[in-house]
Amino acid sequence: MKPRGGQRLLRQVQSVLEQRCPETRLLCSQTPGSRGFASAIPQEAFDEPPQNHKEGKVLHPDLLNENFRNAEYAVRGELYLKGQELVKAGRDIIFTNVGNPQQLGQKPLTFNRQVQALVSAPYLIDHPQAKGLFPADAVARAKTMLKYFPGGVGAYSDSRGSAGVRQEVADNITRRDGYPASPDNVFLTDGASVAVRYMLNAIIRDNRDGIMVPIPQYPLYSASIQLYGGRLLGYQLDEDAGWGMGIPELRRTVRDARANGLAARAIVFINPGNPTGQCLSYDNLRELIKFAHEEKLVLMADEVYQENIYQDKLPFVSARKVMMDLGEPYSKEVELCSFHTVSKGSLGECGLRGGYVETTNLHPGTIEEIYKIASINLSPNIMGQVAMSLMVNPPKEGDESYPQYKEERASTIASLRRRAHTMTDAFNACEGITCNFTEGAMYSFPRLHLPQKAIEAARQAGKPADTFYCLELLEETGILTVPGTGFGQREGSFHLRTTILPPEDQMPVLVDRFQTFHKKFMDKYR
Amino acid sequence: MGVSTQANGKQHDFITEDTLSERVRKAEYAVRGEIVARAGQLQKELQEGKKLPFESLVYCNIGNPQSLGQKPMTFLRQVLSLCDYPQLIEQPGIEKIFPADALSRAKEYLAACKSTGAYSESKGTALFRKEVSEAVERRDGHACNPDELFLTDGASAGVHLILRTIIRGEQDAVLTPIPQYPLYSATLALNGGTLVPYYLDEESGWQLSIDSLKKATDEARKDGKNVRALVVINPGNPCGQVLTRENQEEILQFCADEGVVLMADEVYQDNIYVQDKTWQSFKKVMRDTKTEIPLVSMHSVSKGFYGECGRRGAFMELVGLPQGVLGELGKLASISLCSNIAGQIATAIIMNPPKEGEPSHELWQQERKALLESLKKRSRMLAETLSKMEGVTINTPEGALYAMPRIRLPKKAVQEAEKISKAPDFFYCKSMLEETGIVTVPGSGFQQVKGTFHFRTTFLPQESEIGAVCERVSAFHKRFLEKYGPLEASD
Repeated sequence: MKPRGGQRLLRQVQSVLEQRCPETRLLCSQTPGSRGFASAIPQEAFDEPPQNHKEGKVLHPDLLNENFRNAEYAVRGELYLKGQELVKAGRDIIFTNVGNPQQLGQKPLTFNRQVQALVSAPYLIDHPQAKGLFPADAVARAKTMLKYFPGGVGAYSDSRGSAGVRQEVADNITRRDGYPASPDNVFLTDGASVAVRYMLNAIIRDNRDGIMVPIPQYPLYSASIQLYGGRLLGYQLDEDAGWGMGIPELRRTVRDARANGLAARAIVFINPGNPTGQCLSYDNLRELIKFAHEEKLVLMADEVYQENIYQDKLPFVSARKVMMDLGEPYSKEVELCSFHTVSKGSLGECGLRGGYVETTNLHPGTIEEIYKIASINLSPNIMGQVAMSLMVNPPKEGDESYPQYKEERASTIASLRRRAHTMTDAFNACEGITCNFTEGAMYSFPRLHLPQKAIEAARQAGKPADTFYCLELLEETGILTVPGTGFGQREGSFHLRTTILPPEDQMPVLVDRFQTFHKKFMDKYR
Repeated sequence: MGVSTQANGKQHDFITEDTLSERVRKAEYAVRGEIVARAGQLQKELQEGKKLPFESLVYCNIGNPQSLGQKPMTFLRQVLSLCDYPQLIEQPGIEKIFPADALSRAKEYLAACKSTGAYSESKGTALFRKEVSEAVERRDGHACNPDELFLTDGASAGVHLILRTIIRGEQDAVLTPIPQYPLYSATLALNGGTLVPYYLDEESGWQLSIDSLKKATDEARKDGKNVRALVVINPGNPCGQVLTRENQEEILQFCADEGVVLMADEVYQDNIYVQDKTWQSFKKVMRDTKTEIPLVSMHSVSKGFYGECGRRGAFMELVGLPQGVLGELGKLASISLCSNIAGQIATAIIMNPPKEGEPSHELWQQERKALLESLKKRSRMLAETLSKMEGVTINTPEGALYAMPRIRLPKKAVQEAEKISKAPDFFYCKSMLEETGIVTVPGSGFQQVKGTFHFRTTFLPQESEIGAVCERVSAFHKRFLEKYGPLEASD
């Protein structure tokens, strides 16, 4: 490893601190081979090991891994826990805190579930009485599917996922982008989150490694970076420009990081955005790729919402396609990781835990290492892989199930599009709320221009102002949202995130409830 | 290496092995390591029609029963199938295809989780945890709190969760049995913690000696380490031993005396092949003897007689941990949202199978009995074959799915291994693979007493095939000794 400027300074600072206050815990270790763990103290710096027990407990909350304790995940944080309490107390709570479509009544795709049922219980395939229960193409697909999983769905597959399914994923990418993709660059995982964590775990060596993340962001990133002992380098999205990503802001972020002795190693972007819902333009993506190339950043493209597009001006285009369109050197040199899932889109199969990462231009040695780490967990769950296969290789025109399949998929997206409008309009109709349109994904992220009195009341209550607002909203209306602080936002601004998932027929009631609450809130704190 | 020069002379660094997280680089996992990778290559060659000394590979490296022809439990698959496609339940005439209890169970489960496609609570759906807790109570005769249960994507995910929480740095250590299932060594490496080995005693049937635990602990502490946890795998993997009740009591007392968390890997609790020993959970013994310690118990749907590895389903019971710690674990679990729902359902079913009087009870018991008898038979067959091989000794597996014979290797073989910088038992297993197509894992992958050599094989090939597997291994061993032998007294 090349020595870094500032290392000598760090050592000087460290030795001064050790002399002055031996209890000081420094977050860097200079001992080679011990680099990479966050709460380590150089062996020379202390006489005794860290405290092992407290109040009679080895596993005392104060004696846990520090990164672990500092990690936060607001989507299932304070508001969610409060919501659970209220459910226990018999209240009717609407969970709009997490993108969980089937929890709110979205139906899975019929064909997919037919195939799943058949591969779960293969004796149904040839069962005389089961003939009328399944269309012929579902039966045929189940037979093909079982070939991808020798031993059936109860056996571990290859740790990267079944070769057959990875081929289908690669073929889908090839079709989508017009450039050949290889199954050797695909890892199937128990949801995209697992794949994200493999990559972050590999990239973050110690707390001088920074990962650029959009602010606001989906807190999987902040939590995982914390867990792996790295540094989050936030780059602000511009709310007034439709949550656009500006290259000057990216440059500033990298510059500041380096000035602080940090290495910026990767940049995450979420397209369509979560929580912000913006779709990136082709040009924006091009600029981003060039930037990543220039600054030698691994590009992490969270594209899990690629099917959730609610306007026509900015269709989804993958980072990979733009990169390939650019040609060399970008197409051969930018290290890209693209993530996708069965949890969103029109499938909404969150509970199956099916996802993948596709890598482009990663060093083969690095891929080997990731394969090794994946193998410790033996295999991603098979049903998640089955669902992935069905997503990327759906029924085609001419297949018996095609019309119904097409209709189900299209109507889900069309309904989400309508709800995106309903929700945006409902927020914008409120005094003191402005809301960018949900161009994609599953969320609405309105800005709350809260009166000073409300901000004061929140301070008295010891809460950030948007948390205060969301708690009151929950208490009054049973609507469970996530405050903007959970995602990061510009200092002094407040937001909340809600999904657009409540069923269409419930929307008018919900909108009404919210607007009534908001008017009351504003009247109270005006 | 890992650097490419652009046309303008600038150098471009890829993220290479040298610039990856060191912990990632340090972690190793032999169960799917180099030998398995080579097997994959040989598989390709066979498919391409190349002539090899064998017609097919036999994967005996991993406890993956259904990949070797083991049939799933009918009731379990029926319920899962109905949960996959709930429209089936209302179909006229469905009772002709599915028994009534499968139908009612599926309805009940769907009412609880809404759909297998929806995220549940991060600890797992309340109903499934309730069923598991009631089953644990039936099993142990002591109360089990569903709020102390986590349903996870396989037991491995549970191990990751715990070790991530308790390892703060290199100073934190975990006592790990040698030989061990390398999930533990790999996960400790990933988290930057220290593995403190305690050696199981091969001479006495792989029993766990408290003295060896104490010795290992004292030495670790002298080195400035915090010994925070003790891993016990019971029944054992790779060794297959079942601990005596007495041994379990000693272990619990040790943990109480030394202030150590017990991590009880009990995933093979339904694979017991001996009559003279009973398996009981550490939880039961703990409550029976009132030796209260922090205890993490793990069970999984991957093994037993159900073998549903591909589902990724497991539970973890956490007792004696402060509320604050449970809260932190819940928070960590929430970042991944939840474990897959079908896996949660499978976990509930194996713990709460059809009861006496219910339509599927008889078939369930029949399937269970037949499978366990067959596994016992195959374990004996394999153990017998291995024990007859020259220079090979084996403790007959009392539980789990593996045989871990000790092999003595002639000096020439050891030298050959050294030439290619590999462990001698790796060399042996690789040679076995190249000649017979049988895939095993060298003892070095599990760690072992220095100077000893072993390999681990499963006894999962079907009854109709295991005879041939035994013959092939036997014949290979003979040839190996002819080539590199003879064995001397000192080997």
